[in-house]
Amino acid sequence: MKIAVCVKQVPDATAAKRIDPETKRLDRSGEAALNATDLNAVEEAIRLKEAQGGEVVLVSLGPERALESLRKALAMGADRAVLVADEAAAGSDLVATSRILAAALEREQADLVLFGQASSDGDGAVLWAAVADRLRRPLISQVAALTTDGSTVTGKRQTEHGYDTISAPLPAVVAVSDAINEPRYPSLKGIMGAKSKPQETLSLADLGVDAAEAGEAGSRTTVLALGPPPARGESLKIEDDGSAAQKILDYLVERRLL
Amino acid sequence: MATTTQAPALDPLDYLAIDSLLDDEERAIRDTVRQFVREYVLPEVADWFERGVFPREIFAELAKLGLLGMHLDGYGLPGASAVAYGLTCMELEAGDAGVRSAVSVQGSLAMFPIWKFGSEEQKERWLPPMHAGEIIGCFGLTEPDAGSDPASMRTHARRDGSDWILNGAKMWITNGTIADMAIVWARTDEGRIHGFIVEKDMPGFSAPEIHKKLSLRASVTSELVLQDVRVPEENRLPEVSTLRGPLSCLNEARFGIVFGAVGSGRACFEAALEYAKERIVFGKPIAAYQLTQQKLAEMALELNRGFLVALHLGRMKDAGTLRPEHVSLGKMGNVRGAIEVARTARTILGANGVTLEYPVIRHVNNLESVLTYEGTHEVHTLVVGQALTGQNAFR
Repeated sequence: MKIAVCVKQVPDATAAKRIDPETKRLDRSGEAALNATDLNAVEEAIRLKEAQGGEVVLVSLGPERALESLRKALAMGADRAVLVADEAAAGSDLVATSRILAAALEREQADLVLFGQASSDGDGAVLWAAVADRLRRPLISQVAALTTDGSTVTGKRQTEHGYDTISAPLPAVVAVSDAINEPRYPSLKGIMGAKSKPQETLSLADLGVDAAEAGEAGSRTTVLALGPPPARGESLKIEDDGSAAQKILDYLVERRLL
Repeated sequence: MATTTQAPALDPLDYLAIDSLLDDEERAIRDTVRQFVREYVLPEVADWFERGVFPREIFAELAKLGLLGMHLDGYGLPGASAVAYGLTCMELEAGDAGVRSAVSVQGSLAMFPIWKFGSEEQKERWLPPMHAGEIIGCFGLTEPDAGSDPASMRTHARRDGSDWILNGAKMWITNGTIADMAIVWARTDEGRIHGFIVEKDMPGFSAPEIHKKLSLRASVTSELVLQDVRVPEENRLPEVSTLRGPLSCLNEARFGIVFGAVGSGRACFEAALEYAKERIVFGKPIAAYQLTQQKLAEMALELNRGFLVALHLGRMKDAGTLRPEHVSLGKMGNVRGAIEVARTARTILGANGVTLEYPVIRHVNNLESVLTYEGTHEVHTLVVGQALTGQNAFR
């Protein structure tokens, strides 16, 4: 089975995020990492491959330096990486991004396309739906357990009150939650072998996507204004002298939160 | 050359931007081990230290990462660079010197002698399961009455037909009690020094644990007792019959210490820096007082200098130009520096500096062992002295 995993390089979780007021885009020059739930998707893909054989291909849109982050997923056990890196794609919104990823995925013709549920920077949690729609493939999202027999895929989808169990014929798109697995550490041999795995960098032209259909030109949304998040309300620091649990309980009861 | 471009922002945790001297692969290995230490070691290690235990299961985790014997090649071993091995030691010791010691002993003291001096059969039999963490090894050179002068060892090997009969005792053996095999060095009547692979269930062999130690508590330290232990000739390492054998193993292991000590110091520095910024005294954080700033500045200096020395030695090792005398200088300087940093950190943390809630006192105590094992500070000083003057001042 051929599995494509869509992954994204995001600013490292520990780094302070900064938005460039000029371009209204996130400053991506600092420490970067692979998006956390994308690692769950990579892990799931590798487990499927280990159990049933096949190939795991990473597909990503981002700047050239995103290859550094893709290498971590290669070190975990993915087989190769395809990065779409093109100046004209910078600033792509959901519409433009889904168009580019769909074009890259069409080229791969994978049986199963996996996504992490949401990226930690954009936090949209809809890209997989847009891509599935463009590919005209069934979609299961928020998946906490996944099985496949090679012709269908079945996902346990987390809901507020329990699980939905949903099956779809392959090829399909699945977005996984962080509850699905515990991503492995890349092994030393994996890290040392990652560099020599195939890593392809494609332009929009390679995918046959018109530059006018990508980046800001191809986007259907415009960022009008940006503001800092509202200041946190009154906070209370409780030092534990043995009575912290009671104090927290009192606090919650007082505000009728319990 | 003057330049008008702006230098990148300074990172207090990497003051000299030493990160930029590492390549992508080295950084990836470093980051992975750091993540492992953060997730697996740090939440538990204070408890291990307090209870005086080292969980054997950790070997399985270290093996999954591929770290056991990582710098050796062939026989399914990764063949990582010396720098990658050093960075791994640094990150493990930033967790706890006990964990780094366990990995050092397995890779550099138990696997290395087989890899270097073993027969083809021995390599094939022992190296793959040791890399997989299925077989744990230890290394017996030091004796109750022979430490810095290993030539005075009393452990004796006598030929008996196709076997050898071993008698003697080894002391301060890391991993001893949990080990499945020990590399035991013993002297023959002819004055040769042979290395033997002693298996734990061989009659007459035992490895009682040493208790009541206040350093490296998250590490198993043992005695090895050999009473007429019959060891077959095929368990003797064929390729060495002098002290060069065990000494070359120790040289491998102490190369890791040059990096590891910087890791210990760094953990203390980071704890102290964070604490100094938060701890308010007389209305402002202690980080704002000159005395604290001086301490932090000296610590940063020591650690950055130590890291540069370690990295340089690592590059030399990879280039094949590293001599034991170089490693002695590195071990001497970096362990002393780490002790200085750890003790200074301890003063910044006040009373918190002596509790296991913070990592500092653990490192302070561990470093007391690191100072004297794998060659004491004094011996390394004399090695450097001899290299400088051509005069042997050991005896």
